[in-house]
Amino acid sequence: MTMNSTTILNLALSVVLAPLLPGVINRTKAFFAGRKGPPLLQLYYDLWKLLHKGAVYSRTTSWVFRLGPALGLAAVLTALLIVPTGGGSSLLGFDGDLILLAGLFGLMRFITVLAALDTGSAFEGMGASREVTFSALAEPAFLLGLAALAKLTGSLSLTGIFGGLTVESWWSAAPELALVAAAMFLVFLVENARIPVDDPNTHLELTMIHEVMVLDHGGPDFAFILYGAALKMWVMGMILVQIVLPAHSGTWLVDLAVLLAGLLSLGVAVGTVESTMARLRMVRVPQLLVTAGALSVVALVLVLRRPV
Amino acid sequence: MYLIVVAIGIYLLGGVASFLSGSSRRAAMAFGVGAAVLGAAAAAIPAGMALAGGSVEPIRWAWNMPLGSFSLAMDGLSALFVLPIVVLPALAAIYGSAYLDRAKSHGRSWLCFNLLAASMVLLVVARNGLLFLVAWEVMSLSSFFLVTSENEKESVRQAGWTYLIAMHLGTAFLLVMFLLLGRENNSLDFENFTAAGMPSVLFLLAVIGFGTKAGFLPLHVWLPEAHPAAPSHVSAVMSGVMIKTGIYGLVRTLTFLGPPLEWWGWVLIGVGVTSGILGVLLALSQSDLKRLLAYSSVENIGIITLSLGVGLVGLARGNMTVAVLGFAGGLLHVVNHALFKGLLFLGAGAVLHATGTREIDRLGGLIKKMPWTAATFLIASVAIAGLPPLNGFISELLIFVGSLKGMVALGSWGPAALLAAIGCLALIGGLAAACFAKAGGVVFLGEPRTEQAAKAHEVPSAMLIPMIALALACILIGLLAPLVLPWLSEAVAVAAGLPVETAHAELSGTTGLANGMAWAGGAVVVILGGLLLLRRRLLAGRKVETAGTWDCGYVAPTARMQYTASSFAEPLTEVFQMFLRTRREAQLPTGLFPREASLVTHTPDLFGESVFRPAFQGVKWLMGRLQWLQHGRLQLYVLYIVLALLILLAWKLG
Repeated sequence: MTMNSTTILNLALSVVLAPLLPGVINRTKAFFAGRKGPPLLQLYYDLWKLLHKGAVYSRTTSWVFRLGPALGLAAVLTALLIVPTGGGSSLLGFDGDLILLAGLFGLMRFITVLAALDTGSAFEGMGASREVTFSALAEPAFLLGLAALAKLTGSLSLTGIFGGLTVESWWSAAPELALVAAAMFLVFLVENARIPVDDPNTHLELTMIHEVMVLDHGGPDFAFILYGAALKMWVMGMILVQIVLPAHSGTWLVDLAVLLAGLLSLGVAVGTVESTMARLRMVRVPQLLVTAGALSVVALVLVLRRPV
Repeated sequence: MYLIVVAIGIYLLGGVASFLSGSSRRAAMAFGVGAAVLGAAAAAIPAGMALAGGSVEPIRWAWNMPLGSFSLAMDGLSALFVLPIVVLPALAAIYGSAYLDRAKSHGRSWLCFNLLAASMVLLVVARNGLLFLVAWEVMSLSSFFLVTSENEKESVRQAGWTYLIAMHLGTAFLLVMFLLLGRENNSLDFENFTAAGMPSVLFLLAVIGFGTKAGFLPLHVWLPEAHPAAPSHVSAVMSGVMIKTGIYGLVRTLTFLGPPLEWWGWVLIGVGVTSGILGVLLALSQSDLKRLLAYSSVENIGIITLSLGVGLVGLARGNMTVAVLGFAGGLLHVVNHALFKGLLFLGAGAVLHATGTREIDRLGGLIKKMPWTAATFLIASVAIAGLPPLNGFISELLIFVGSLKGMVALGSWGPAALLAAIGCLALIGGLAAACFAKAGGVVFLGEPRTEQAAKAHEVPSAMLIPMIALALACILIGLLAPLVLPWLSEAVAVAAGLPVETAHAELSGTTGLANGMAWAGGAVVVILGGLLLLRRRLLAGRKVETAGTWDCGYVAPTARMQYTASSFAEPLTEVFQMFLRTRREAQLPTGLFPREASLVTHTPDLFGESVFRPAFQGVKWLMGRLQWLQHGRLQLYVLYIVLALLILLAWKLG
């Protein structure tokens, strides 16, 4: 437990700014499409509106459906507590917390899948089935990528790993870091239901993955889900940004600015990918995931081959 | 230590009394359940003392058997296995009292049940090879009779045979192993066993012999047959603790073999990875709930073996942190798996009891009819999927951290096996989550798919209380990791052959991790509570309605339109088709107004079908060639005897 004011401040900023990231992605997509597009703060408006609504529950559902959104958000908020934010340390870091991070995302996914199955809808079952398939295949890529970073920095905690990565690391281990960053970017796209794996804008239930699992949620529950998804994207984005832009100036404001600039660029990058690529056919997605896993393995092998 | 003997005595007396109660169903049940509970209480005391670091006086009685001695002792390793071995049968017995058919008396079943418990306790405290083998055999036979309880069914008899043959093939390897050990040391007492001339041969014999019991792939073929055939409270005991005696045997044997070689660790990691991945894939593709659970036991045995392998690599490389974390993770997973797999089998039994079917695709929506069964089953599903903040995550976390530490600390190429361990463990975790989302989700959530499921009812409290107790244990071990981990040091010290102080010191290195987990688990619980309160505040005074599930405007959805278990698993089984060889028989809809269509999928056991069946067919053919010896004529048999005697005489004289 390391508690200092900048860590708390960074956490608070993450909690507040997370819904901005989907806004950046949507603005980028609107720019590419030549549309006016939704405002940058659209998700804030949506959350505000949803939090003021009542709720409609399906007759088929049970307490699992009502637990899903809250437990999912609780898991991702806990994940936020173990990821260091911009040059600082995390609130709850320990040796091995990188496994806990994967576990918390797993918990969020598991309860979302159960809540989807609780509705008894064939569409939601379909989405749940696709979600578990793709995430099971993404899991090794994610953990092996983090393992490569652990070996590179000699630390098993996220704080230690990202504290150990510096600009000099990119001089000495550029191929390894580039491979890990590429694998993590693919995992980022899969885990956050983005093109080329899932299309958040699709309007056909049959083709959705993440969106279709939450079709039946409404009101504050749906607000929890949307906010949880944005926060998950923010947390995974912070990991990616801290690999690519390992800033340790020692000045809180500079580090924070680098992190936020990185997240902003990540949003633009995701928007660009979504504007310039078509979605993959479902049967092709496992190949993409195996590719991500292979990138992580190659990175690990390169790291293992480095003279100690 | 005398309490252990007392416990075994209680089990035996209770069992026999139950058997002799004859037609009185009540008396048989009272003796059977009473003995299981009292025996557990008596045995748990010395086990708890040994885990706490106290010394337990060993017993050594002369035994009128060549090379045999009745010597018992309780060290940390034995104690760690004794606890689940006595607690799970006690809970399963309480459950069984309501589960077993009320029309019949079950004296024979209770006798075998208590014999099974007694033999497992004796097995893990025995300190003589012969005594160990006797207990091993009693365990195999009593469980064989339990598996074949419903022997009026052809499938049950078939499963029983598979089980019996597999057990005895495994025992043959153990017999050779103990004979080799005995020949080297001129004694079958464990205390005299020292690093013999050929430790690697002994190691391989132990892996095969004990692996058959534990269910290492490809020796697992009996598991998916025997577990579904047995009554559910027996499946819980067999899958929860009996197969772990194989793990105990392997770990105990490692303590005889002296300093381990590194490739032993690699072998165990290899076995663990294959059992883990193929076990969970086969589980994922099953449609019978108990078969699914049986394959998932293969997976978890794989995780435990992998973890022991990590420990051995650590020992061989002289890195005690890795060694201790590997053994601690594996041993904790032994306990954890006993808890959640026991609970899952009891839950599956409750479903079977309430609906009369184990077919996942014929169930659904049971959470409304059976709220307690559903809640405990879902808790166990989260635990077995290795998700925080429950107990399954804690043991897997130790294994991950052990592997990662090894990878970071050890030289450049050595840790490649650990890399495989990390990657595969991650994949197993993801697949297990998919598997138990399917099992828990399709059985308990949604709408009932058949009449049977719609008419289900909650099971009696004698069945619920054991399940609730096990679910609480899963939660508590998960949230209270800092209090649990120190209890492992005695057992780890014995398993890894290290001084207790070393094990203790290395385990205190995990204090940060355990505390971190407790904080994180607490954070999840507190934030969840906060969010639920927030939602309640927000919804207070607003309109909360109920309606039908959104089906894109379709107005007449039926329960049969829900996603089924097979369709849920299809994308993953498709990706891994290479290993699964799922067979499909499809009758596609034809014509402009199609009427009927059907799709049947079936995933056979790859090894059972393509390795063991041909092998046993071959044996049968060979035996058939010898049939000319067997005419049924007495005179010829007498001639064989005379000839054999003459040959022996000539050999002895010459």
